[in-house]
Amino acid sequence: MSQAAEAITEYHDHDGAEMLRVSDLHAFYGESHILHGVDFDVKRGELVTLLGRNGAGRSTTLKSIMNMVGRRTGSIMINGNETLGMKPHHIPRLGIGYCPEERGIFASLDVEENLLLPPTVRSGGMSIDEIYAMFPNLYERRRSQGTRLSGGEQQMLAMARILRTGARLLLLDEITEGLAPVIVQTLGEVLVKLKERGMTVVLVEQNFRFAAPLADRHFVMEHGRIIEEISAAELPSRREHLNSLLGV
Amino acid sequence: MTMIFGVPLAVFMGQLMLGLINGAFYALLSLGLAVIFGLLKIVNFAHGAQYMLGAFAALLGLQYLGLNYWVALLVVPLVVGGLGMLIERTLLRRIAHLDHLYGLLLTFGLALIFEGTLINFFGVSGSSYPTPTALEGGLNLGFMFLPTYRAWVLVAALVVCLGTWFIIERTRLGAYLRAGTENSALMQAFGVNVPLLITLTYGFGVALAAFAGVLAAPLYPVSPTMGSSLLIVVFAVVVIGGMGSILGAILTGLSMGLIEGLTKVYYPEAANTVIFLVMILVLLLRPSGLFGKEA
Repeated sequence: MSQAAEAITEYHDHDGAEMLRVSDLHAFYGESHILHGVDFDVKRGELVTLLGRNGAGRSTTLKSIMNMVGRRTGSIMINGNETLGMKPHHIPRLGIGYCPEERGIFASLDVEENLLLPPTVRSGGMSIDEIYAMFPNLYERRRSQGTRLSGGEQQMLAMARILRTGARLLLLDEITEGLAPVIVQTLGEVLVKLKERGMTVVLVEQNFRFAAPLADRHFVMEHGRIIEEISAAELPSRREHLNSLLGV
Repeated sequence: MTMIFGVPLAVFMGQLMLGLINGAFYALLSLGLAVIFGLLKIVNFAHGAQYMLGAFAALLGLQYLGLNYWVALLVVPLVVGGLGMLIERTLLRRIAHLDHLYGLLLTFGLALIFEGTLINFFGVSGSSYPTPTALEGGLNLGFMFLPTYRAWVLVAALVVCLGTWFIIERTRLGAYLRAGTENSALMQAFGVNVPLLITLTYGFGVALAAFAGVLAAPLYPVSPTMGSSLLIVVFAVVVIGGMGSILGAILTGLSMGLIEGLTKVYYPEAANTVIFLVMILVLLLRPSGLFGKEA
């Protein structure tokens, strides 16, 4: 518990400071121009969502932050560091954990190997015991092949392995996609715990009902741009407008 | 005299032993190919030439620098492996984003350059490398005579193969390698220096080939073309075993050597083709290879 307390204290020192600022971000896959000037910022300890329809550029925004797409222009500041010119493997060491949409569980590794795979990027990550306490299923299945887990367990594993690394900024891509309601609920509880620990989270999410009670702010994307920012306080009055933007 | 299906036991065991030795080389070489292919997705056509370079470096080291066999066994894989890393850094990396067939062409070209250069200076006739004194002679096992050096080759090859298996399957570095083989982009997103991992992996695969070359130097004539003839068979072994498994590469290498040896006893005319026949059978019945993952 002392580790968690420490993490929170550390965070309160800088609460409200900027963790991530994306400015005029353009991204290209070969010839196709995917992001057309994305602007948004995330403060420390905040949980924000990127909402929007399929193809709006939400996953590409996360991948661009990790330098996993082709060419990018603009600016991505993480913790005060400009990362646009950084090599892909240096970016996570700023304290970022990325959970891809396809989960990326490795078939040739067992559950525990998957869990221990990502190198530590910062001190103060969760210990393996804390992680097993948070995800008891993973402990029971720690010797199984990673991809033999159910979809929900694989999602837990994909989340759990970046919590061990000491990352403070989590980029989570569609973590509830295709999962049973009870698993989605568990993931929601996990996110609440992570916020309590002072983690900063960017959540790409289709399931707005899952995201709404968790998030401090919502950014709506369309055609590779942020077209709307809605704070949690504004949400009730602007719900209908948001629904029309998302086409639900 | 004891006979096995009409063949004297000593002859039978002798051929089996020869087969096993060949198999040990197939195993070492196909292991390196499999490791390289896993992460780089490149079929390393320079593998035979790198094996040859290992044998040549041992020979030249002995002739010009007075490096003895044991020093060569340690130093040559490091030097040739270093050359491999240089090749990866300066050449293979530049075409990594292209179709992997270009990697095949590039490494094939490199093999021709290495062979051609050495043929230019040393000709195609082989030179012999003396058996290290500590490993001269042999053991009379009663049913056959076992030359000490051949026994040593078998043991050394097995130890290196199993050591490689252990590193890849049981260590953290090996977990990086396995994970990088599956999804290297995600490994970068975790903060793993994948370009460095690729350089080291290629260097390691090449070093395995060079190690095999040094082991082979006292057994076979050391000539610039010694690798290319062997490599064709090794590719057949890789196809039979499938690219999926390290242990598979080792077992397939050894068993193909044995099958070749047995064929030499009973139907010598087919000894050079039997592995290719097995390859055709495997391609018909199990296209992903005996140990490969089903596509």
